[in-house]
Amino acid sequence: MNQFQYMRPTKQKAAIDALAKDPNAKIIAGGTNLIDLMKRGVMTPLKLIDINKLPLNKIEHEGNSTRIGALALNGAVAEDKLVLEKQPLLAQALNAGASAQLRNMATVGGNMLQRTRCHYFYDTALPCNKREPGSGCGALEGYNRMHAIFGFSDKCIAVHPSDMSVALVALDATVLVSGPKGDRRIPFAEFHRLPGDTPQQDTNLAQGELVTAVEIPDAAFTKHVHYLKVRERASYAFALVSVAAALSIDNNTIKDARLAMGGVAHKPWRLTEAEKALIGKPATEETFRQAAEVAMRGAKAFKYNAYKLKLAPNSIVQALKTAAAVA
Amino acid sequence: MNPEPEQPNHDEARRTFLKQSSLLTALAFTPGPVLQAAAAEIDEKVAAVFEKIPVRLDINGHKHKLSIEPRTTLLDLLREQLGLTGTKKGCDYGQCGACTVHIDGKRVNSCLTFAVMQEGKEITTIEGLAKGDDLHPMQEAFIKHDGFQCGYCTPGQIMSAVACVREGHAGSEDEIREFMSGNICRCGAYSNIVAAIQEVKGGGQKV
Repeated sequence: MNQFQYMRPTKQKAAIDALAKDPNAKIIAGGTNLIDLMKRGVMTPLKLIDINKLPLNKIEHEGNSTRIGALALNGAVAEDKLVLEKQPLLAQALNAGASAQLRNMATVGGNMLQRTRCHYFYDTALPCNKREPGSGCGALEGYNRMHAIFGFSDKCIAVHPSDMSVALVALDATVLVSGPKGDRRIPFAEFHRLPGDTPQQDTNLAQGELVTAVEIPDAAFTKHVHYLKVRERASYAFALVSVAAALSIDNNTIKDARLAMGGVAHKPWRLTEAEKALIGKPATEETFRQAAEVAMRGAKAFKYNAYKLKLAPNSIVQALKTAAAVA
Repeated sequence: MNPEPEQPNHDEARRTFLKQSSLLTALAFTPGPVLQAAAAEIDEKVAAVFEKIPVRLDINGHKHKLSIEPRTTLLDLLREQLGLTGTKKGCDYGQCGACTVHIDGKRVNSCLTFAVMQEGKEITTIEGLAKGDDLHPMQEAFIKHDGFQCGYCTPGQIMSAVACVREGHAGSEDEIREFMSGNICRCGAYSNIVAAIQEVKGGGQKV
């Protein structure tokens, strides 16, 4: 591993100042993704800013929303009483991710900022525009069975690996960030970006900006929710396809719906058109099937991931059926 | 009859030598007064690339004042500097769980955290589980149920299993399998590991 400078600020401003003035500096919190990437030489920061002494791990309810500090641990959030009561879909998504050990280390901020698990990104001997802009995309014509079916570009077809983020985009969360120019709020759907011509940028965070919290508005999605993760073993693997489904059902009619997919795009993939296809309809398999069809519009597969064109809509239907408790 | 009763086992001798020499290295790293003074300042100050950083850790009930290069993982500190070789390095990428230890009572992968990040924390490794010659109930149960073959993943499995019971995630076979999924056993001793955990959970002893 490359050598690096290390600092452990106790003031948020010191962390932001250090981050803003040094493009080779990186924040470290849980470290579960960054240390992995540093061991492999995929990321080589020259300075690490350890933010674990900053007071950013609170989980609280204020006004009409749940606010979760960026340093709250994935395991702690998944088992938090307030989260289980107000946002059970988030708890399900968190528990679907990683292992118990990793959830005790990984933070909420780090989870949303984790890098893709594309093998071409991870292998420094292979071309990757995300790791080394201009080197080409190895996956485009390569072994691309884990890759995107939505929103990709000819520069990058990688997918975002987070489960938590799929639930957060479905739940209309907001990311709170703090930077040299002050604080701002980023709607979760606009936090991650599509690859376009600059796949090296995963998010719309500016230089020097620090994620401080995530806020989730209260909603009627406490009963009919389900996070379905399809993977190659029963547990502890990244998603081939995942679905976050939340319904509000009254007298068997869908009053409101939220739907998002993971493992299909460079960002957590919110399905707003499919949501519209659900609202006002009876909670039946036929309705879910129609919504899944809408959700899949514009999907395009590569040589080895055509199975996702079938797996994704079937997963949507299954997730909605489980959420609605329709047999 | 043993032909060479006085000869220590060669492997044992090698391991003891390695441990002694790494202990000397650890002693050599013990921070001087200057570095200790710097500890309080790490706050706004940036530690230089080659600078070793003073770190205080409580490991298995023993307090350590160490001086550590920032890129040393907790796993490498335990094994290479402190001679605590019970914690195993399997994949070194957080995929296998062989390096599982407890930090402030929570199970984590020691290969995916830098030791300097654990300043002031309490670490428990497999060496800290037994009380003298009395094995921890989970260690007893692993022996009773044959919860291993080659034994390489076992320290991590046991540390994870103890946490699994403490967390309240050992309620059923399915729950145990889900919450033990971060520990891979290539010999495939899973069913016996589950049985060991169920026995400890069912016994209701304090773990």
